[in-house]
Amino acid sequence: MLEFFENLGKITLGSFAKVGRGVFFLLHTLGGTGSVLSRPNLLIKQLYSVGVLSFLIISISGLFVGMVLGLQGFYILSDFGAAESLGVMVAASLVRELGPVVSAILFAGRAGSALTAEIGLMKATEQLSGMEMMAVDPIMRIITPRFLAGFICTPLLAALFSSIGVIGGHMVGVGMLGVDDGAFWSQMQATIDFQKDIVNGVIKSVVFGFVVSWISLFEGYDCIPTSEGVSRATTRTVVNSAFSILGLDFILTALMFGDT
Amino acid sequence: MQNSKTQDTLVGLFVACGIAALFYMALQISNLGTYTGSESYTVTAHFQNSGGLKVKSPVMLAGVRIGRVASITLDKDTLESVVEMHIDSKFNNLPDDSGASIYTAGLLGEKYISIDPGPGLSGTFLKDKSKIDNVSSAIILEEMIGKFFLNKTESK
Repeated sequence: MLEFFENLGKITLGSFAKVGRGVFFLLHTLGGTGSVLSRPNLLIKQLYSVGVLSFLIISISGLFVGMVLGLQGFYILSDFGAAESLGVMVAASLVRELGPVVSAILFAGRAGSALTAEIGLMKATEQLSGMEMMAVDPIMRIITPRFLAGFICTPLLAALFSSIGVIGGHMVGVGMLGVDDGAFWSQMQATIDFQKDIVNGVIKSVVFGFVVSWISLFEGYDCIPTSEGVSRATTRTVVNSAFSILGLDFILTALMFGDT
Repeated sequence: MQNSKTQDTLVGLFVACGIAALFYMALQISNLGTYTGSESYTVTAHFQNSGGLKVKSPVMLAGVRIGRVASITLDKDTLESVVEMHIDSKFNNLPDDSGASIYTAGLLGEKYISIDPGPGLSGTFLKDKSKIDNVSSAIILEEMIGKFFLNKTESK
């Protein structure tokens, strides 16, 4: 019995300690922002590996998600004789929810796991300690550029996802199923509000980018420096990122759209 | 490792695509693109019932949008709803005996105000702060159904 409480206490204190380490890690990372921005080469390398290489998977997924929304939406809406509202449905669901959320989850799977594995291996092969020996701060040199790159990329990727998705919905709805082209766009433009829908979607994806980059870099930095530890950290990155994205999405949606 | 110039170019292209997508969303998908930013004048109309009409609902003439509803308030004395609408300044030749009615786009669609141009007997036009007198209110579906059933039972 006593052992049970002992374990429970250990687990609780352990997770508190981890959150505390995470917060210090984040503050340290953000502290390096100035020195990274004054050396943009570091940032560009990371923007390439985090952003440019995610471009293809994001655009193709966006196209297919938009096309599926077009198909499903058409069959449901045409039951109510409202097939002309297809544009509204596709655009609203992409811009408000699917764009930020799905692109952030894809980003966590494509780029976040790679970041964790990279940092974890650097730790396991003692490259990070080597840097410290040379009086180079590994967090500012290695972590901050990756963090900033993730933070910059996610809103751009989410915007790409939503735009390509709307084009995909248009291809299916107007091209295949014969919804009227003018009604598709004009109802969309009449309903989607710039402030309420698009700006809120961008805010969401900025938050998700922040959280996913933080989780994946911290898991890598905090992992047990063995091959098993790195693999566990990579798994935790994907799982925790998906959890936090979906949970935060609910909270943000409730805050943004809850009162209307 | 790629040569750093190609990398710079690719990153530049990626950022440009992302920003282009943001602009595309702002202009093509949202209502930002439909604001012409042109001058408009304000016209009011008193309706007995403006049920379902919303701020930003379109004001149409012959099926073409000429403005938007700016505000909907209640007149405390007459207990009528006062609808204020902004009409684009380039449509400055609407006769001041024109009528305004609230219609529905489709059976369950959104409400809009339709302006029916009058015969223009006085020769003057609607201008800023003028009031449209000839109005007909929104058709409330529930009221109509109620009346219909009432008539049915009475005629039996």
